[in-house]
Amino acid sequence: MTTTIEAPRSPYSRSTKKSGVNWEKWGWIYMRVSGVVLVVLIFGHLFVNLMIGEGVSALNFAFVAGKLTNPFWMVWDVIMLWLALIHGGNGMRTLVNDYATTRTSRGILKVAILVSVVSLIVLGTLVVFTFDPCPAGAPADLVASFCTSL
Amino acid sequence: MSSATIDQKPVVPEEIKSFTVTLIIRRFNPEVDDEPHWQDFDVQMYPTDRVLDALHKIKWEQDGSLTFRRSCAHGVCGSDAMRINGRNRLACKTLMKDLDITKPIYVEAIKGLPLEKDLIVDMEPFFDSFKAVQPFLMNSVTPAKGKERIQTVAQRARFDDTTKCILCAACTSSCPVFWTDGQYFGPAAIVNAHRFIFDSRDENAAVRLDILNDKEGVWRCRTTFNCTEACPRGIQVTQAISEVKQAIMRGKA
Repeated sequence: MTTTIEAPRSPYSRSTKKSGVNWEKWGWIYMRVSGVVLVVLIFGHLFVNLMIGEGVSALNFAFVAGKLTNPFWMVWDVIMLWLALIHGGNGMRTLVNDYATTRTSRGILKVAILVSVVSLIVLGTLVVFTFDPCPAGAPADLVASFCTSL
Repeated sequence: MSSATIDQKPVVPEEIKSFTVTLIIRRFNPEVDDEPHWQDFDVQMYPTDRVLDALHKIKWEQDGSLTFRRSCAHGVCGSDAMRINGRNRLACKTLMKDLDITKPIYVEAIKGLPLEKDLIVDMEPFFDSFKAVQPFLMNSVTPAKGKERIQTVAQRARFDDTTKCILCAACTSSCPVFWTDGQYFGPAAIVNAHRFIFDSRDENAAVRLDILNDKEGVWRCRTTFNCTEACPRGIQVTQAISEVKQAIMRGKA
């Protein structure tokens, strides 16, 4: 007669508590998805800034100011800013997980990454949405052409 | 008798030349040494000899204290994985003619596992990860008396690649993520989980996927392909890990 042994080995668990959201999995998926989107956004950005029209010589304050008054480019730049900074920050976090040996150094480095990512995102978003393309008293040849008609 | 035999010269096989090979081996004796150190040995070898033969020659003729593991010596048991010229290889499958013998051959223990003596490491953490993925068939249905669990050729082919694993630890100890803190399950454990996750006869794929969905599970894989390069059985290890990732995202095998 055969006997069935129930659960011959007890399941082994590395992390004692299981939280609801699996951040490691979603972080991995985020890296894949944002990477694909960033390829389009960054190469589109470089193409528009450096290749079409007059090319790299067109770049000056007026050119950037002109782009940052166009809602299309404002949305493009903000999406690029958020995706790239979170992508880079998460990449740095995995590097810290791989190479920082002690709990303390790990914590310090991760907090430093978080602070710099958050402050850069806040600053960058502020610049895009509160940018004044025609600062008062600026010489007309340095600012965008539409400033004179205001 | 004809005289033809007189004309025939006896066939002398062309002499195969042997050459001197220098092996530089990373030695460590825990009873004497504080730190591992490199020691060089000169041995006379043929092109068809293996690194394992060189180690045998050293142990048997020059220094009996040289310590290493080997059992079958034919690439099946997985005992003699070591780092040869910076790459994880089985000493019994690495031929002299495939190495650049104009330079010394560096031999050291595999990395990422505690060094015990010379070329021997403590394999327990490696086997703990292997055990953690429950590498055995789990099926609650008993087949009818005298019958087997039937599987189609395609169902068997689905996980054929990962059945080849010999648990030599060449892949896991070549993984830079495993080197860092040893918490990562490592390629070998995931390969052996893959072997049962994609087996149509097994019922507990979900349990193994849940185990590997851990913080230290498949998501720590950086697809560096070191494991695929190191595998002496030619298993597509990185592909197997990616298939497990896909299965976790879909929620089923």
